Amino acid sequence: MKIKINLNERSSDFAKEVEKRSGIKVKECYQCGKCTAGCPVAYEMDYMPNQIIRLVQIGARREALTSRTIWLCASCITCSTRCPKEVMIAELMDVLREMALEEGLANPSEKNITSFHESFLNSVKKHGRISEVWMLNEYKMKRPKTALQDLAVAPQMVVKGKLSFVPHNIKGKDAISRIFKKCKPK
Amino acid sequence: MGKKVGVFVCHCGTNISATVDVEKVAEEAKKKYPGVSYATTYKYMCSDPGQKLLRDKIKEEGLTGVVVAACSPKMHERTFRNAAVKTGLNPYQVEVSNIREQCSWVHQDKAVGTEKSIDLVRMMTEKTRKDTSLDAIKVPVTKRALVIGGGIAGIQAALDIADGGNEVILVEKDASIGGHMAQLSETFPTLDCSQCILTPRMVEVAQHENIKLYTWSQVESVGGYIGNFDVKIRKKARAVDLDLCTGCSSCWQVCPSKKIKSEFDTELGNRTAIYIPFPQAIPSKPVIDKEHCLLYRDARKKNIPPEDSKVCRKCYDVCPIAPVKAIDYAQEDEIVEVKVGAIVVATGYKELPNNVYGEYGKGKYQDVITGLQFERLASASGPTEGEIRRPSDGKEPEIIVFIQCVGSRDPAKGCSYCSKTCCMYTAKHAMLYKHKVHHGHAFVFYIDIRCAGKNYEEFSLRAIEEEGATYLRGRVSRIYKKGEKLIVLGADTLTGSQVEIEADMVVLASAMKAQDDAEVVARTLSIQYDKDRFFSELHPKLRPVESSNAGIFLAGACQGPKDIPETVAQASGAAAKVMALLSSDELEREPVVAKVDRLPPPVFSTCIGCFYCQRVCPYGAIEQEDIKARDGSVIKTVARVNEGLCQGCGLCAATCRSKSVELAGFSDEQVYAEINSVEFN
Repeated sequence: MKIKINLNERSSDFAKEVEKRSGIKVKECYQCGKCTAGCPVAYEMDYMPNQIIRLVQIGARREALTSRTIWLCASCITCSTRCPKEVMIAELMDVLREMALEEGLANPSEKNITSFHESFLNSVKKHGRISEVWMLNEYKMKRPKTALQDLAVAPQMVVKGKLSFVPHNIKGKDAISRIFKKCKPK
Repeated sequence: MGKKVGVFVCHCGTNISATVDVEKVAEEAKKKYPGVSYATTYKYMCSDPGQKLLRDKIKEEGLTGVVVAACSPKMHERTFRNAAVKTGLNPYQVEVSNIREQCSWVHQDKAVGTEKSIDLVRMMTEKTRKDTSLDAIKVPVTKRALVIGGGIAGIQAALDIADGGNEVILVEKDASIGGHMAQLSETFPTLDCSQCILTPRMVEVAQHENIKLYTWSQVESVGGYIGNFDVKIRKKARAVDLDLCTGCSSCWQVCPSKKIKSEFDTELGNRTAIYIPFPQAIPSKPVIDKEHCLLYRDARKKNIPPEDSKVCRKCYDVCPIAPVKAIDYAQEDEIVEVKVGAIVVATGYKELPNNVYGEYGKGKYQDVITGLQFERLASASGPTEGEIRRPSDGKEPEIIVFIQCVGSRDPAKGCSYCSKTCCMYTAKHAMLYKHKVHHGHAFVFYIDIRCAGKNYEEFSLRAIEEEGATYLRGRVSRIYKKGEKLIVLGADTLTGSQVEIEADMVVLASAMKAQDDAEVVARTLSIQYDKDRFFSELHPKLRPVESSNAGIFLAGACQGPKDIPETVAQASGAAAKVMALLSSDELEREPVVAKVDRLPPPVFSTCIGCFYCQRVCPYGAIEQEDIKARDGSVIKTVARVNEGLCQGCGLCAATCRSKSVELAGFSDEQVYAEINSVEFN
């Protein structure tokens, strides 16, 4: 792998941009690797968590934003909790995900995850909470290949009352929509 | 009056002249400043010809005040004042206006720099016109030193001072001197046995005719000032008469409380209730641990004096000293008062305890030990007689993991600093382990390897290249127990992978922290400490062994993490400072001290006795003085400044509500004159 750094790509601004958007002081990371050491999903990642921070530090925008790692992060926050420098790594992954989507750099091999995120959020937006049936419906429409996945458990869930075909709305849905409005990317 | 002030503007090569038009500053001074009768510039005022120019002009022009516009007064104020003294001018009539650090170095624009320099020089000229002649304060010197702490730092300092022919009082809070160095197994980078090189020094202390040793003692209070400290030492009751006891060992052999965790063996071994911490202890005389001793526990429970308890008197009964036994249950704390001229603080450090990291088991895994505990395991005098064995089951660990930077470089856990010694001692531990367990595997997790010292880099490479320790670059995230094994979850950032090791034992290279009572000691001595509670040196480069309180010096890890060579060097440095101080009969001190006014009766002083000054004084220099009538009745209580202690910081003068305190050389009149001379646009 070769990371190219030049003025055209304004690579050096990347770290600053991420710091500004996230409020996380990426430069404070001294690469001890404790985040990687404790990460429960690192075995699937293309870059280790500490390497993602390193990519941000050295301004490798493309490499960081196209990585699979940012989508695989399960936001368990073990890394942020144990970080000696109190760098909020899991939170940083969130910001990188946002940036990747905005810039159309999200890794195509992790489309399932992005679609799942979208379906989840859409359900929350509509009902103030998730409606399992309709969320999965939307997700499986978006990703037809997953249509049959996990379908076998559906009857059991219906029997146990875990799947409701009528979505429940929460009280104060307007507050939720205000949150969505406020968080809308400008 | 009409003081004749001379202004000398220094170019400092181009340091000043590149950003300040020095000629213009001199011209302005001569033309416009009242009182200036002479002004010139010179390339280097601090050079010999520069000083000669100063002396010549003082004589030729009959100058009665001098302003040198140059670098910070911290650099050359003394140079110029000494030059002036040779012409007969009072040194405190010479002032330095800082146009380098506070002007030329911080500006780029020459017009701005010149303008500011002109202002600065004008201000200093105004102050100089109101300067009064001051005489140095003379204080007598008590030719005796106090050394607090009997670790290697204190031992070295005490021996050096004592060898120089001065009396030394060495105070140690534990039962024996030796400190942490006595606990170590081998020392880097030579791998020589720590006790073998330390114990001869300890014996020297005990035998030295100039050293008075107080173990099991603590400094209670320190009053006075440089050359004249009044110290109270509390000799804690050890229940053993040091003069009578011969250290025959009968008492601790019969003591029935044998399962007390030994502090010296980092709780890996046991000791008795009456004990000496280790075989080579100095003095080799025991102390009774009153918390655990059956007799004292019984006495506490029944609320009777210990000598009346009959529960267990085995040590007393067995003591062969006659007719008066050396064991004295009724012994009480004793306060010793001494006068000393100088103090060396060598109170050492504390290892970060094992229970700080939840992810490393919070101290509940017996086989996760600290660096100091490993030292005891590896030590020939330790609980396993030098064999590396797991504390839990006594098995020899076949895979051992060392984790560096535990607590150090970890702001989330409270220390942001590097403990400096861990890289080296971990390399040493890996080596000692490989020497003792030939078939074992040693893994070291590190973030950076910092081995900057003579032969240090070679030593750490030896651990990797010759001794076969595997170094992994990364921190450990978690340790958990699985059966008999400890699973260590780490990372190797160089391969970008997670590493999981099934280890038998884990050694944490725990940080060096300031002693728990560092703040108390600092307050007792009126010295400053930093954010990590290590004592602050006066200047990080040029005054590394002096504390913020004149006459009190620092040695060893109480000032910051340090290894043995560095500690010894600093201790000898502190000793040299003490000897220089004790070599003269009288001390000359800067007369820049505060003074509380005194007036004729019936006012006596404008001081209203609020003692705000006493509260703000960082040096404890403000005393309360009773002004008494002839019959001895107190008319009023006012503040007085102890000139020996005062460092001239001016806090009291700034705080005083009745304007009764004035700092010599920085009177209100002078300071206001300076401020008023600035032309505000």
